[in-house]
Amino acid sequence: MLTKKQLLTRGILDISPHMLSVIPFGIICGAIGVELGFDPYLVYAMSFIIFGGASQIVFLQLLSGGASGLVAAISVGVINSRHLLYGAVLSEYLEKLSLIKKLFFSYVIVDQSFAESNKFFKKNKTEKYLHYHLIGTGCTMWVCWQIATLSGIILGSFVPQELGLKIVIPLTFIAIVVQDLKKIDHLIVMIVCGLSSLLFYDAPFRSYIIISPIIALFVAALILRLKK
Amino acid sequence: MTLYSILVAGILTYFSRMTMVALVSRDMLSDRIKGVLAYVPSAVFPAIIFPGIFINDYGNFIEMNDPKIFAAIVAVIIGYFSKNIIATILAGLISYWFLIFI
Repeated sequence: MLTKKQLLTRGILDISPHMLSVIPFGIICGAIGVELGFDPYLVYAMSFIIFGGASQIVFLQLLSGGASGLVAAISVGVINSRHLLYGAVLSEYLEKLSLIKKLFFSYVIVDQSFAESNKFFKKNKTEKYLHYHLIGTGCTMWVCWQIATLSGIILGSFVPQELGLKIVIPLTFIAIVVQDLKKIDHLIVMIVCGLSSLLFYDAPFRSYIIISPIIALFVAALILRLKK
Repeated sequence: MTLYSILVAGILTYFSRMTMVALVSRDMLSDRIKGVLAYVPSAVFPAIIFPGIFINDYGNFIEMNDPKIFAAIVAVIIGYFSKNIIATILAGLISYWFLIFI
């Protein structure tokens, strides 16, 4: 049985390699905000209030492209609705916590913290204080995201665009799923999701990001039924 | 009112994070649903990876000889064999830079 401190440390260690992509991406997010002419305080407020990576860039791009605030806000909501799936997966492990703790920990569930903590949870189901791992991954993501976007806001136009640093985001998610490629069922689900996301890319409010997982999960259900 | 829209966006985002954690309990999910939920990472992350690689900043498909595709292939191969996150990201990034700068 691991102690709370050991679990927290393990979470921080498990998430830390992703900082290689999270920090440059955060800097870009902050820099794009000021480049597009938004008030620096508002650009930072997004990191605190929304705390949602790419959705923050989409929000700013929509507004600067002339979209209404409501359309931009709904788009962020749709893009981030995938967290409903993460919550459903994690609920099994966080069930015993008090409601207050659930409300607090939910705030730090982001793509990478979900991915790494979920991997850990699956292997260590019997641990008593599992949620400390999520605090480790989630709070590390939060702190680094705040520092990175703030740095981007301060550096602004000094951040070179031609480096093409946005590519770190797909790369970090490749690193997360790549080991599942050897499982044929997972491979099929991934291809279905990926192709659907390209097919539905132009769907309103960036809804491809929730439409394609739903299609892929239907395929997963079908695979499970065929396996029996 | 940009701040107002940020607040709405933030509330929507927070609710999508919190709802399932707060409301779902173990006995609400059947074994079948749990079986399907085990596929969530594989069913969600490619929707971030594919457009990030195959679609450019202007919403158009990239050419098949684009450096991003090569970088992604290198990252998949290195990632698969190294099982190392840092190696995967660096391999992709370095091969991408190699192609766009040289």
